[in-house]
Amino acid sequence: MPILEVQDLSVSFVQYTKGLRQKKVQAITSLDITMHEGEILAVVGSSGSGKSLLAHAILGILPSNARVSGTINYSGDELTPVRQASLRGREIALVPQSVNYLDPLMSVGAQVRTSVHNDNPVEVQKKIFERYHLDPDLDKKYPFQLSGGMARRTLVSMAMVSGAKLIIADEPTPGLDSIVIKEALSNFRELADHGCAVMMITHDLGSALQIADKIAIFYAGTTVEVAPVKDFFGRGEKLRHPYTKALWRALPQNEFVPIPGSQPLPNTLPSGCLFEPRCETATRECSLKQPKIQEIRGGMVRCIHAT
Amino acid sequence: MNRLKGEFSKSLLTFLVMKGIRMVSLLFAICLVSFILVKSSPIDPIQAYVGADMMRVSPEQRENIAEYWGLDKPAIEQFFHWGSAVAGGDLGTSMIFRQPVADIIHERFFSSLALMSTAWVLSGIFGFAMGVVAAMKKDTWVDQFIKWYCYTLASTPTFWMGLLLLMIFAVWLGWFPVGMGVPVGVIAEDVTIGDRVLHLILPALTLSIIGVANIALHTRQKLIDVLASDYVLFAKARGERGFILFWRHGLRNIALPAVTLQFASFSELFGGAILAEQVFSYPGLGEATVEAGLRGDVPLLLGLVLFSALFVFAGNLIADLIYRVIDPRMKGAKSV
Amino acid sequence: MNNVHETSKSQQFGLLPRLNRRQRTLLVILLAVALLFSVLSGALLISNDRLATNLEWRNAAPSLEHLFGTDWLGRDMFTRTLKGLALSVGVGMIAAGCSALIALVLGLSAATMGEAVDRIISWLIDLFLSVPHLVILILISFAMGGGIKGIIVGIAFTHWPSLARVIRAEVMQLRSAEYIQISRRLGKSRWWIARKHILPHFIPQLLVGLLLLFPHAILHEAAVTFIGMGLSPHQPAIGIILSESMRYLSSGMWWLAFFPGVSLLIVVRTFDSIGENLRMLIEPHHSHH
Repeated sequence: MPILEVQDLSVSFVQYTKGLRQKKVQAITSLDITMHEGEILAVVGSSGSGKSLLAHAILGILPSNARVSGTINYSGDELTPVRQASLRGREIALVPQSVNYLDPLMSVGAQVRTSVHNDNPVEVQKKIFERYHLDPDLDKKYPFQLSGGMARRTLVSMAMVSGAKLIIADEPTPGLDSIVIKEALSNFRELADHGCAVMMITHDLGSALQIADKIAIFYAGTTVEVAPVKDFFGRGEKLRHPYTKALWRALPQNEFVPIPGSQPLPNTLPSGCLFEPRCETATRECSLKQPKIQEIRGGMVRCIHAT
Repeated sequence: MNRLKGEFSKSLLTFLVMKGIRMVSLLFAICLVSFILVKSSPIDPIQAYVGADMMRVSPEQRENIAEYWGLDKPAIEQFFHWGSAVAGGDLGTSMIFRQPVADIIHERFFSSLALMSTAWVLSGIFGFAMGVVAAMKKDTWVDQFIKWYCYTLASTPTFWMGLLLLMIFAVWLGWFPVGMGVPVGVIAEDVTIGDRVLHLILPALTLSIIGVANIALHTRQKLIDVLASDYVLFAKARGERGFILFWRHGLRNIALPAVTLQFASFSELFGGAILAEQVFSYPGLGEATVEAGLRGDVPLLLGLVLFSALFVFAGNLIADLIYRVIDPRMKGAKSV
Repeated sequence: MNNVHETSKSQQFGLLPRLNRRQRTLLVILLAVALLFSVLSGALLISNDRLATNLEWRNAAPSLEHLFGTDWLGRDMFTRTLKGLALSVGVGMIAAGCSALIALVLGLSAATMGEAVDRIISWLIDLFLSVPHLVILILISFAMGGGIKGIIVGIAFTHWPSLARVIRAEVMQLRSAEYIQISRRLGKSRWWIARKHILPHFIPQLLVGLLLLFPHAILHEAAVTFIGMGLSPHQPAIGIILSESMRYLSSGMWWLAFFPGVSLLIVVRTFDSIGENLRMLIEPHHSHH
């Protein structure tokens, strides 16, 4: 049984612009994702594609002007707002992007201790600091005094001590040097090997491929493909969606060819397939309506031409 | 760690020295500008000294008085004469009270202090609480009501609020005396603390009611910002909510700005006290300021201008110092 | 999960069910302007007859004949209040206008004339904020020998710092904005840039700043007049009316103080809400609402 199942999730916002004109912004459009225990799923997409909102929607911490539709199931049961509130921080934990997500006026140790729910917080915090090679001195320090690597380890340690089964890591690698990235990634692998499900949200396909089991490709607020990591090889012949293929080929170690054009903004989405305006293999049919997601060769894809 | 502490106190010292220089330059400018202003007044200080009841002053009398006050000398000389006296702590003698200005300020400051500090504490506590409630209940009717109430208070003339309270509690209900700092016709030694408190309540209430608006709106906005911050989002993701969330992250991040704002609002407090004291004939600095202005008591007016500037400066300095000493981002080392 | 989290203020008020925020804001502005207009035009149109001493009607409580009652000379308090409001608003507007002018000149200079000028102006701002406004107002009033001139000069000199700061920040931000840098590199003239890019952003901000000065200016005018430093007792300003009412409070003539004060409060609050609502239209994310 999957630990997490997201079906047809949509998130939109009502915003006010100058002159208080109302504007509806469609951030996530009919998104589907499935996760199992012991598995790392990397959600890969370029910035501004609404990836973080996916994490916030699962945790139920979207801002109040968000409209949400679709279903999210956790361990087979629907994840209602009430259930989300009781599971947050206990069953489902977030590893945020940066040190800005720590309270600037609360000592680091105290913040780690607030994540411990079942054990003696002081003991647990000491142990986890030792395990992640964090200086015991750090206990009394404030977030602004942390280096990038220390901040990263602190944030991961907070998810560790919570005892959560589903861990959602939002952009865990930006701005870090390669050694720290490697360390962070191996921490996630370790968590998954202990039976957690890890969702890693990132814009970096390269590092995602190093540790993930499955890759979900995110484009303009939806998943266009979910593929096992083994499908990423050669010129991407095994991949199902033209955008995934293009992303794969754009990696430096491959052909390093950028994809022409840019992702549509949330308020100017095309009516048909969201990738149609940039797709080389698009036909007239593609611009008519958004394709449904379908299963092909052990992966999921949202393209009518996929084989 | 010792070295860091040393650096911190060194930077604090530099900060205090810079503040001191700025203060002195501002005080000098205030002295100069005020002096020029009162000198250019068409109100005749000699007539003011003698009082309105005497219609005519003979030329000899006029000369005597002018000589006595040094009014016959050129303005620049007068300024330096007065300035050096002020620097030495001598503010001159009040024309209407016939008493040294320093003594008047000293005596009246304590009655004003009782009034202002009561109002300061009350408005701080209630304003803060209102702001917190409004922000926690943002966009509900509670928030709408608190906001509406604060905006209305901000548009309410302080003296009119005083008049309203006077009408309701002193005239209609008769709970409080109609005015004066102490009962009329009672000699100073017989005035009890109870009497003083009784005369203090209404003016203090006036200032407190008006004073909540600023701190409440500010706290509300600050807490809304904090609640929309990344670190509160992460705290929510860790399962925190409601009161725990507010206690751990909200209060911690809004308390300091609120206390700072209260200290930085000494200027409004003093201005409010002038009006409240006027309405309730409360014998404080504010009432003295109005008297000095109305009756042309130049030395007293100048003394009060300087004193109010010092008072405001003290508030701002405390606000700055609190930030420097309490906020870990200001005092700690920049790296580990 | 099919829940809809949305909080919309309009749903909480049954009175205005189908208006969105923009429409409600515009409606509030419209109503406020209409109210102010009717008060001011009422004050101009109403005849002076009812201000005459009328000993038959002395000390009358509010009635249909005299909405706000009459004073110890039998003068109609409604008429006095309207006239007083018009006078106070007029003085407040002139003073706020002068203050805005000072703010404009100093704010622009601070933003455009180099660091030295910027420092001097910031020192000046500190200077004017270092003494309580009311104390400066009393001092200036005294220096000018009281009267309407003293109030206008006093308010003009005390209220500019906050607006000057806003103007300075706004201009500095605009000057460094990318599209203006690009226009400059494209060789557009200073005047062209000012007309096409800076003024359209800047003018609305300035107007709102000016509008938000009015309420403070009016309140301070009333306060100075109340303590006796401002307008002469022969001019029926609100501050004078309230100050006179104090002598009759203990005889139970509450209407002398109550109605003029409430009217002043409503007028000041109306100005404030016009300013705040306009600001919300200009920059929806930075206002307090």
